[in-house]
Amino acid sequence: MTGLQRAGRWIGEHLVLALGLLVMVYMFVPIAVVMLMSFNDNSKSRNVYAFQDFTWSNWAHPCRPNGMCDAVVRSIEIGLLATLVATILGSLAAFALVRHDFVGRSAANTVIFLPMASPEIVMGSSLLALFVASGFGGRLGFVTIFIAHVMFCLSFVIVTVKARLTGLDENLEQAAMDLYASEWTTFWRVTFPLVFPGVAAAALLSFSLSFDDFIITNLNAGQTVTFPMFVWGVAQRGIPMQVNVVGTVMFLISMFLVLGNMLATRKKVAA
Amino acid sequence: MSLAADRASRSLRLTALTKEFATFTAVRSLDLEVPAGSFFALLGPSGCGKTTTLRMVAGLEVPTSGSIHLGDDEITYEKPYRRPVNTVFQNYALFPHLDIHENVAFGLRRRKVKDVDRQVKEMLALVELESQAKKKPPQMSGGQQQRVALARALINRPEVLLLDEPLGALDLKLRRAMQIELKRIQTEVGLTFVHVTHDQEEAMTMADTIAVMNGGVIEQMGSPAELYENPRTTFVANFLGQSNLIAGSVASAEGDVVRVDMHGNQVSIPAERAHARSGEGWVGIRPEKVLLAPAGEPIDAPGNHLTGGIVTDVSFVGVSTQYLVQMPWGQELMAFEQNTGRRAVLAKGTKVDVSWRPEFSFLLPASQDVNAGVLEEA
Amino acid sequence: MRRGRFTGYWLMLPAALWLALFFVIPFYSLLATSLYDPEGSVLTGYDVTYHFANFVDALDDFWEPLLRSLWYAAVATAICLVLGYVLAYAIAFKAGRWSSLLLVLVIAPFFTSFLIRTLSWKLILADDGFVVDTLQFLHVLGDDSRLLATPVAVIAGLVYNFLPFMVLPLYASLEKIDGRLIEAAGDLYASPSRGFLKVTLPLSKPGVIAGTLLTFIPAAGDYINASLLGSPNQRMVGNVIQNLFTSTGDYAAAGALSVILMAIIVAMVMVYIRTAGTEELV
Repeated sequence: MTGLQRAGRWIGEHLVLALGLLVMVYMFVPIAVVMLMSFNDNSKSRNVYAFQDFTWSNWAHPCRPNGMCDAVVRSIEIGLLATLVATILGSLAAFALVRHDFVGRSAANTVIFLPMASPEIVMGSSLLALFVASGFGGRLGFVTIFIAHVMFCLSFVIVTVKARLTGLDENLEQAAMDLYASEWTTFWRVTFPLVFPGVAAAALLSFSLSFDDFIITNLNAGQTVTFPMFVWGVAQRGIPMQVNVVGTVMFLISMFLVLGNMLATRKKVAA
Repeated sequence: MSLAADRASRSLRLTALTKEFATFTAVRSLDLEVPAGSFFALLGPSGCGKTTTLRMVAGLEVPTSGSIHLGDDEITYEKPYRRPVNTVFQNYALFPHLDIHENVAFGLRRRKVKDVDRQVKEMLALVELESQAKKKPPQMSGGQQQRVALARALINRPEVLLLDEPLGALDLKLRRAMQIELKRIQTEVGLTFVHVTHDQEEAMTMADTIAVMNGGVIEQMGSPAELYENPRTTFVANFLGQSNLIAGSVASAEGDVVRVDMHGNQVSIPAERAHARSGEGWVGIRPEKVLLAPAGEPIDAPGNHLTGGIVTDVSFVGVSTQYLVQMPWGQELMAFEQNTGRRAVLAKGTKVDVSWRPEFSFLLPASQDVNAGVLEEA
Repeated sequence: MRRGRFTGYWLMLPAALWLALFFVIPFYSLLATSLYDPEGSVLTGYDVTYHFANFVDALDDFWEPLLRSLWYAAVATAICLVLGYVLAYAIAFKAGRWSSLLLVLVIAPFFTSFLIRTLSWKLILADDGFVVDTLQFLHVLGDDSRLLATPVAVIAGLVYNFLPFMVLPLYASLEKIDGRLIEAAGDLYASPSRGFLKVTLPLSKPGVIAGTLLTFIPAAGDYINASLLGSPNQRMVGNVIQNLFTSTGDYAAAGALSVILMAIIVAMVMVYIRTAGTEELV
């Protein structure tokens, strides 16, 4: 009887965790499949939705599919550029919102929240409507994609940096000024190092949002092909296995960055 | 090691200093002189303007009007990083991204002082943290962080060291230990310390001079003993320790004695302790100065003698016993009695006589609020 | 510390301008587009003729995918809420020192291409794949039934893709709950389940609201899952808008449909927030 009760209690204690882990597995199954398929040799069959034979060739020749690597490079270019601009503008705005009181601050907060709460299809078609109405309908491409990406990354940057800034004790800056640091020195010696993790996280988020965006990009890209658009284009015909290589690499790089950062902070605390 | 300021230390002078915020006035036309080398405490309940005053001295808040002088130099509008004043912040404000060594070195590095490492080591030795130099602030206990904050400010040898509730975050035992420690360091280095606190015991333990602030003004300033024994206002009487305040009216004021009629009882008060010379007033007496004896038994106190009290509450607190005694006019007086064992503890309901030496009592104007400063400590 | 009176404006200006130019003004362009003369085309150009009939026509032609989008998004959001709550609860209260690692793992899929992950589901749910075979073996599915090209596949894809949007806000609000409150509930004679219903759940309400909105809104506008995992029978409003804009060139209808979608979402969000009663969203 007590054994049964103990078993019941054990299940009660661990049931939620077990279910949570199951959800976690659900989230990772597709990624595991992507990794697996990056080693799939489908040269003997046209079926791209089943694992046929093991091969290294997708990894050895990632650029074999026509236009894929160009699309990846273009996505990286747009991603870096959009990240740079969005991170700078967004960080400045976050400082304004946290550290300065000005007329229209709450309105600004609302406008910043809206892009995160609007369906991409609506934002994308609005932007397209603007470009068409202002005569850029025929000149869609790199620049219009860049504009769109900065637009939707901005809100995420502002929110991320704001969170970090809000958690920053203003006493620290006052302490620095009390200890003979000028405003400039205070910013670079105290404020910036403490806000930097937030800025870095915002930049990482921006890049991945930009690199991954399809719906808004597709509406405003004209003839320019980004990596997600390439995938969309080939998805109808059957994707080349090298797409899975790119997916795997993206996943590994981001895990490396995020886990590395986590271990670094943990080590600092433990030291 | 000699920490005395390179320059001869100068006195700090605040003149008609005022700070208004959008909705209220935090500090009203404050005049204050802090002599060089003193340990000065600004004491008051939260919101009394003491921290705002401190921040204006530090340069972290710009006064609305008035001036701040250090010796003959005006520093009212000087940037915080251009005044020889350093602060120990309430929650220490240690830089979390720098280790202890670099935290302490921060001010020296900004001023491009040579020989930073040696000075930091000496400073850390003074606060007994040499072995912790490589740690980051979040890894340290509250008491250690407090000492780092102190070292970080002291190493700059400021002319004035400001301490904003520096012990507020520590538990009682550690606070007592740090009070003694702070006092020792101040005596050793001989700098001017201006200490803001709401803890009257802390202020009395450490400071040479206390200014009691309330509602943006200084109520009274003086040595701890002076403030305690001869308060000028009901606020000081209640905020600094406890007081019995009994309504009465001045019967005569001749020579150096003021006689007061207190519900039919005549009591006398020395003239230098009577802050009202006519009309109605509050007769004040500290609870430990009130002596009790069972009704009719002699009490060793010449002068003020009241009869007809009844003990209504007895609390035994170890070193002393605290009584509440209801007087014939209905008011309950507090009396603290040392447990010397001279007489058994009086039981609840005992009829008692009450007495005190006239030189311990004081008289305050009736216009003041009898409850000012009660329970505001905390 | 004295601060420049206009510093705030200067810092805010570039981002504000960008958002005004490329987020706020486009909404007006979209409104204008929705009122174009429907006879216009890319070749002949478009005129704003205040042709309000566009809205009626759009609803008339596309009410079905519109309703389907809202329905799919609602079902997917409900499933996300259940799964996300379990996961967020496990991370917040049961994972101990592993919680930060698990949290990282929740956002990790974010960093892998949305399209590639969705295509991966196509493989998992394929007709001769493991999942379909198992379900057929268990007689959950008929022998020639399939999962792909069914609402089940589309909704499963939506759940999968938007689950992190649910987990993160839920975790954020669960993590703030003081564990002693739950203990106090237990001390005051609440069974664990009542403690959860009366203490944990109400306190996590801000997270529930934020999470459901952040899941529902993108799900309602999504068309990737419907395209890759569904068939034309599972067409959602996003598919229609996308097609009208890029293939058909019917800007007026596309604009009108976008405006309708946005209006429905704004209305639902406002009703939802008012009923749920929270101001903590921004």
